[in-house]
Amino acid sequence: MQKIFIGLLFLWSCMIFGQKCQNSFTGKIIDYHDNSALAGATIILIGSEKALMSDLDGKFSIEGLCDGNYKLQISHPECLTRIVSISVNGDTSKEIYLEHHIVELEKVVIREKAHKNSLESLAESNLSSEEIARHSAGSLGDALKEISGVSALNTGNTISKPIIQGLHGSRILIMNHGVRMESQEWGAEHAPNVDINSANAISVIKGAAALQYGGDAIGGMIKMMPKSIAKTDSLYGKTLFTAATNGRGTSTTTSLTKSYKNGWYATVQGTLKRFGDFETPDYILSNTGFGEKDASIRAGFDTYLHGLEVFYSYYHTELGILSASHLGGIEDQLRALNSDRPLIVRDFTYAIDAPKQEVTHQLAKVSYFKRFKDFGKLSLQYDFQKNHRLEFDRRRNSNENSRAAIDLLLNTHNFSADMKFDNHSSLEGKAGFNARFQENSSDPDTGVKRLIPDYTKTDFGVYAMTSYAFSPNFTIEAGGRYDYSYLNAYKYYQKSLWENRDYDKLFPEFIVEDFETQLLAHPTFTFHAFSGTAGLHYDFSENWELLANYSLASRIPNPSELFSEGLHHSAARIEIGDLRFEKEIANKFSVNLQKKSSKFRFSLNAYVNNIKNFIVLEPVEIQQTIRGSFQVWEYRQTNAQMLGLDFDASLKIMENLRFENRFSIVKGNDRSFDKALINMPPAYLVNGLHYSNEGLGNLEISLESKTVFEQNEYPDNRFTVFVPTTQTTERVDLSTPPAAYHLLNFRIGTDLFKTKDYKTRINLSVQNVLDRSYRDYLNRQRYYADNLGRNFTLQLTFKY
Amino acid sequence: MIDLIKTKPVAMILIFFGAVACTDPEIPEIINQEEVITTILVRLTPENGGETAVLSYRDLDGNGPNAPVLETDQLQANTEYSGEIVLLNETLNPAEIVTEEVAEEGTDHQFFYATTAAMNLQYADADENGNPIGILFNLQTGNPSSGSLTIVLRHEPNKLAEGVQNGEIENAGGETDLSVTFGITVE
Repeated sequence: MQKIFIGLLFLWSCMIFGQKCQNSFTGKIIDYHDNSALAGATIILIGSEKALMSDLDGKFSIEGLCDGNYKLQISHPECLTRIVSISVNGDTSKEIYLEHHIVELEKVVIREKAHKNSLESLAESNLSSEEIARHSAGSLGDALKEISGVSALNTGNTISKPIIQGLHGSRILIMNHGVRMESQEWGAEHAPNVDINSANAISVIKGAAALQYGGDAIGGMIKMMPKSIAKTDSLYGKTLFTAATNGRGTSTTTSLTKSYKNGWYATVQGTLKRFGDFETPDYILSNTGFGEKDASIRAGFDTYLHGLEVFYSYYHTELGILSASHLGGIEDQLRALNSDRPLIVRDFTYAIDAPKQEVTHQLAKVSYFKRFKDFGKLSLQYDFQKNHRLEFDRRRNSNENSRAAIDLLLNTHNFSADMKFDNHSSLEGKAGFNARFQENSSDPDTGVKRLIPDYTKTDFGVYAMTSYAFSPNFTIEAGGRYDYSYLNAYKYYQKSLWENRDYDKLFPEFIVEDFETQLLAHPTFTFHAFSGTAGLHYDFSENWELLANYSLASRIPNPSELFSEGLHHSAARIEIGDLRFEKEIANKFSVNLQKKSSKFRFSLNAYVNNIKNFIVLEPVEIQQTIRGSFQVWEYRQTNAQMLGLDFDASLKIMENLRFENRFSIVKGNDRSFDKALINMPPAYLVNGLHYSNEGLGNLEISLESKTVFEQNEYPDNRFTVFVPTTQTTERVDLSTPPAAYHLLNFRIGTDLFKTKDYKTRINLSVQNVLDRSYRDYLNRQRYYADNLGRNFTLQLTFKY
Repeated sequence: MIDLIKTKPVAMILIFFGAVACTDPEIPEIINQEEVITTILVRLTPENGGETAVLSYRDLDGNGPNAPVLETDQLQANTEYSGEIVLLNETLNPAEIVTEEVAEEGTDHQFFYATTAAMNLQYADADENGNPIGILFNLQTGNPSSGSLTIVLRHEPNKLAEGVQNGEIENAGGETDLSVTFGITVE
């Protein structure tokens, strides 16, 4: 609505020019959070036809102004639009701060909702494009660790799954360019299949309240957002080149955008990464290299009244899995545990051998929106995703290693329609529905029994949300969603397992055919799930805000929780799912208190998440097989509770120098058994000093210290096993978390060369400066190898 | 506001989704696990004639919950046997003889034996580098006793490591493909 109003102002602009005025106004747009310059912000001089963009240093200048007061409207893709009053008296200059999603004008607070997809009552945490650039060579999971309350479940250093406030996998929803990622996220070793460089900003919502995208995000949501493109005739690009010593590899990413005044635009983007074996301080982690090839294209037009966008992205990765982590039973596991270095350490190589993963993810979408006067905005979207996952195991005959052991193809079609009602200034509403059809199939040529069965899944969801502002300082919101899911699977069960689990009595109707040792079953499930949210946002004094949110989320069990049956080599264990599972239901209450001022700001987030039917995977027994003893892990449902606290603070010590602090803790309880939940992130504390000086070529120096405490709450699943070759009974400890550790990271960067339209910057960073040897509780390979040692990274940025 | 022209495609998409939702997925092809070993047979033939003793271990459901079936014949005291190991995948029909593959990939495999009974085992075969594989072996029993015999097959062991050629497993490394223990009675 605001934009229409501004449009009308344009029409009046000719009336204002009468006097002869020659003053200039020079401004600089700065990110409120990290004081970085914001390039590409659109500045409109209200009441004139003047519209311009900030340059690479965030600067802009307006000529021909009279003495007096003016208003500027400043918008930037990552931030809320802001209207700033300026008073011009001769040539004037001013710094203007923009903030992610919450706008603060000098004394006047205007909350602009147009850019805010999500919520009033749940705080969003963001990674800016600078922070994303720092992790250009890495993964989404590692980049998100910069946000308090977010950790990562790692398998080695290349496979990293984000954990939000203790929850991961199917409990987290990842939105990539407005599309809900469907990429076999149930697997603990399945990293999100996204190129982090394709996003211009990433935000994390630590809760399930964003009902528009689904009601099952018990853990929260990650949104990867593209750059919004200004309506100007322009051609610009950015290239990032990163080289790192650890892994001895490089990453190059580049993007080029062409935009037109009439609203048409097109962007192409691509990334290439290649790394060899990574290293700990003491040894090479053999077979941990990876490669990535990504490309995306985005084109469309946006005229404010309507717009169309087409987006296609291709992602391909090849990931090596630490050779020493591939084990054939408990005896091998014992040998690996008792050795202080991995059992296989070879010379450095770029070659990637089995065990490894190769994943291709393609995503295509078409979206359209139209605004209706005095009514709202209708958005329609169709998207299609094709995920092809290959996993290669070491086979008995090594010539066969190039034959995949897992070959899964997941196709997902989705259609969604959303209507946003925003014609009323204090009441806003949103409603919509989506329909999704998914088909998972596998190639039988693997000669290995399917890890998850072939299935089709149909989902249908409807939601409605509304928010009402009682006053500019106080807003409440509420919403609800219903989801229907129908799962239709075909699975060959080992007959003995089917009977052992009493499925023959519980689900006789599923049996289609008997193949002596195997049974063909046809399980079908229908789920109805309700989710909802309610919350408030209160600005109770200048710079102080209180947010409170309650959300109810329901998640249906994923294919691996329902159907798993078999040996998992990289964990040396047998994993068994359960057809009887019901949906998980989470009730989460979170409170956020924050203060925002340029001198000191902080955010304190406390939450409690009670989850009924929470699905956990735990060891239950030892099974003798012809390969020796194996641990059997079974999925079970329990009542869980997560209690946690995230804290962020930033203090300006003096001009150019800031102190930053981050702390997170979460406690996970299995309430049915009164014990700790497995794999809960240990508490951590980050302290950093950041120096930045614009006068010295945007020099930035930062030193960060990260302490990860020992997780002292964990379920004790230690067990003993008899080893026949040595005739001894040995204790196997896969439970005790590793010790606390402390890391130092250092970063320095400066502009090398810059003109109005061209800028080069160099950044050098050192991770694990002290070259510490350490192991992390959330790394699944912690039993076999240390984490990474020191790493020097050199990054060159070109903006043009 | 939203006229029929706009809602029609939406309705069509819903009908499409409704239609595909009701169709069953295709019945997938059955996969018989190829890499699995279900059975180990140890044939022990006395050098001086007499009945062949057989030790067998059969686990037809592989990683399934059913326990394996073990059968062992008694051995005679102070007798020299020539031994042969046969590995089978009996989930396939006809059964796959896995030992043939092990012999072909001999440089990448080695059997190890460990016993608590009064007997002694020696390798009686070699791979193309002249290192033992252990499919064939000689077994010399001592005085009457009882105990266990454990047979381990390692994939990609370091055959050149100390003691490995003599059948000592400690330094062998590699990955365990098979580990089976038989109860043995020597009379």
